[in-house]
Amino acid sequence: MERTAVRRRLSWQVATVVDVRRETATARTIVLDVPDWPGHLAGQHVDVRLTAPDGYRASRSYSIASAWTSTTIELTVESVPDGEVSPYLVDVLKPGDPLELRGPVGGWFVWKPEQEGPVQLIGGGSGVVPLRAMLQAHTSSTTPVRLLYSVRRPTSVIYVDDLKELAAADDVHISLVYTREAPAGETRVGRIDADVIDRLTFTPADEPTTYVCGPTPFVETVADLLVAAGHDPARIRTERFGPTGG
Amino acid sequence: MTDYLDGNAAAGALSEVFAVDVTAAIARCDGCGQTGVFADTRLYLNAPGMVARCAGCDHVLLRVVTTPTETYVDLRGLTYLRLPTP
Repeated sequence: MERTAVRRRLSWQVATVVDVRRETATARTIVLDVPDWPGHLAGQHVDVRLTAPDGYRASRSYSIASAWTSTTIELTVESVPDGEVSPYLVDVLKPGDPLELRGPVGGWFVWKPEQEGPVQLIGGGSGVVPLRAMLQAHTSSTTPVRLLYSVRRPTSVIYVDDLKELAAADDVHISLVYTREAPAGETRVGRIDADVIDRLTFTPADEPTTYVCGPTPFVETVADLLVAAGHDPARIRTERFGPTGG
Repeated sequence: MTDYLDGNAAAGALSEVFAVDVTAAIARCDGCGQTGVFADTRLYLNAPGMVARCAGCDHVLLRVVTTPTETYVDLRGLTYLRLPTP
């Protein structure tokens, strides 16, 4: 790739919705065709902008849910009640519609297949979205990877079938933690705590790079637990999303 | 209060201004001297534009405000940004 193509300033462009896929009662995956998309790293995001008929604009950041292996990109959006942007994306947008976006952006919360050492992914709710892109990118790598995924209840799990396939085909160790209601056969209901970190994630001696994504309180709690367990803060990468307007 | 995101969410707005990714840069707070990756700063969007604050002392590091015709970039609270030399 030419250097000028990498080092460039970005601006808004118009993508076209190719497909939409319901993931849960409140989340949907949107498949987009973006003209001249330069490719992206797993973990990067885009900003999406909506413009009302009166000119009022609102923009939000959404993680890219897919690795760059095809000609389209996927976003998975969780609807925030009374949000300005997400309800439109989850309930209204349809194939053929245009969607204004800016990206790919973000150079910190990314995983590259050539990175050394095991990878620990920890997601809360729709914080699993960029982690799914990392899992897709990982299918061509032999680096050990684990996913710890905290959800409210079984019906809240995004990418149910995808995760099962990845666990089987790519030898990824996937653990689910349920905070409100567990499926039959699973007795523990509760948030991630020190015991869960100890039982279900790589130890500090494994020297993993850990990626934590979720709502701000989730990310800060998990990051604190990891540091308390002896993990090097420099190997913990975090990405927060939050309630600011949805 | 957890009504903030983090510096990752500023990547799009900053990409309109800078040709390199600033969110992976090392930033030093001019208030308390804490040094860390810009992605770990606290980002507040419930204001006109966006405000990044130091996670250590809450000092304002950076503000970006976009109007229909211009963008204001206020870097008052950063002693420096350390980026890899291209």
